[in-house]
Amino acid sequence: MAENSDLDVAYVARLARINLSEDEAKIFQKQLDDVLKYVEKLRQVDVTGVDAAAHGLPGFNVFRADSPHDWFTAKEALSNAPRQANGLFVVPKVVE
Amino acid sequence: MTGNELPAVSIADLQSLLRRREVSAREVIDALRQRVESIDPDVGAYLSLNFDAAVKEAEHANVDLPLGGVPIAIKDIINVMDQPCTCASKILNGYRSPYDATVIQKLRAAGAIPFGKTNLDEFAMGSSTENSAVKSTRNPWDLSRVPGGSSGGSAAAVAADEAFGALGSDTGGSIRQPAALCGVVGLKPTYGRVSRFGLVAFASSLDQIGPVTKTVRDAALIMNAIAGHDPQDSTSLNEPVPDYVASFGNDLRGVRLGVPREYMIEGIDPQVRGAIDAAVKQLNSLGAEIVEVSLPSTEYAVAVYYIIATAEASANLARFDGVRYGYRAENPKDVLDLYGRTRAEGFGPEVKRRIILGTYVLSSGYYDAYYLQAQKVRELIRRDFASVFEKVDALISPTSPVPAFKLGERVADPLQMYLADIFTIAANLAGICGISIPCGFAQLDGHRLPVGLQLLGKPLDEARILQIAHAYEQSTDWHKARPPIGSS
Repeated sequence: MAENSDLDVAYVARLARINLSEDEAKIFQKQLDDVLKYVEKLRQVDVTGVDAAAHGLPGFNVFRADSPHDWFTAKEALSNAPRQANGLFVVPKVVE
Repeated sequence: MTGNELPAVSIADLQSLLRRREVSAREVIDALRQRVESIDPDVGAYLSLNFDAAVKEAEHANVDLPLGGVPIAIKDIINVMDQPCTCASKILNGYRSPYDATVIQKLRAAGAIPFGKTNLDEFAMGSSTENSAVKSTRNPWDLSRVPGGSSGGSAAAVAADEAFGALGSDTGGSIRQPAALCGVVGLKPTYGRVSRFGLVAFASSLDQIGPVTKTVRDAALIMNAIAGHDPQDSTSLNEPVPDYVASFGNDLRGVRLGVPREYMIEGIDPQVRGAIDAAVKQLNSLGAEIVEVSLPSTEYAVAVYYIIATAEASANLARFDGVRYGYRAENPKDVLDLYGRTRAEGFGPEVKRRIILGTYVLSSGYYDAYYLQAQKVRELIRRDFASVFEKVDALISPTSPVPAFKLGERVADPLQMYLADIFTIAANLAGICGISIPCGFAQLDGHRLPVGLQLLGKPLDEARILQIAHAYEQSTDWHKARPPIGSS
């Protein structure tokens, strides 16, 4: 890759649902270009025939019994809601 | 023993005092409260305290339980019922935990008393605790320096005798590095050894909860309480938990220790280097055989980490959207505005940087080049360790290449900050266990600054590294040194 990475901070921030200010975007662009330049070194590594490791220790599917047990009441689940009404989370209107 | 001296004792000694009825659990809480109130305005280890609840629990503490009546500080990223859990982020301002994390349930079952939540880098993202949105924590050995991070509050609290022991979390060194910089013991268990249920997720394949303590024995005592399988965490390992204290002794004959050639690099502070060299000699004199080993993929660990950890963080932190809990931006015009402004106003700069980087490395067109490649190199790092552990019982290295640095010294350069974790990160990628123990001091600007020795062990071999660490510790006086702060 070139000196500057392909990363467009303002665009990716929109994908990540973070409204960055122009100043923040500019600073992050420089800082993250540096980080991406640093991680370029991974491209030199020969990984032919190497499986990707999702975890350090091999893991397999883990199941537990699908049985009901006590957990939060609706009141407890809503106890930290910024806005609620009628036992529901309140958000701005999504569907016209 | 006076109330002033009480907060300095180890958990093991505190238990003896409690069981001999020389102090009551109530008196312990009172002495601790006094210490915290007089010292913490300078150190800034705590984000919240609840001594009133702790006193109530102390009133009917059963001191014969494994940790009966022992107050434990908790990193503020672990849920404790009815207490705040801010992750040192504005986005969780006002949040109160509706439940106890599994480790808290286990601590309570062992008789321990959680009484306060310690400061951290926001969402555990950092190596200095300066990324806390609430405040900076200061190193008790030199208040102009950082305590390390991200569990800087836990390490500073234990070092300054504001806690008998604490829980931290370690994603890339966040228990071991602050323990080293503050001169205390910090253990990162094997991935899956301790349940993550109730730990706010940063990088799910790397995060582990572990103890921060004054002695190796205390770390083992806390591990006895918190380790074990938990059906609520599908990555927790269903393996028997040994008694971590049982194998303690003073002799290391027959133990083989590896010094990774790639960890003895230029850029290690000469005083750190000197302390590590002396520690290696000391381990050798206790009977351990020292051999040089090679971990060829070491130089890629930091790069792999900052791809995998940010990728996982970008997914995990998607839950903070202003809908179900925490901060919500005012007067959103629509739901996208609600998300975008809540996250812009609620997250600090390091968290935003990592979410953006993680979103990028997972995005279509870049996934293979960054994320998939990083996962493959992670496998090579894992194989490096598997191969050396066929030859040695544990590895030794510095925990951090440098002693505590000055507040503000590295904040403007995230990459420099990331390189502070160069010796600790690989253990998280490989899932193995590691411990940092005090092994000497560097002298800087007229202050003594602690140096940490790291021991890395095989998966599920915590008992072995604790045994080695204990034997070393008992042959030195480093763990007895207390910082100059608030000494009477």
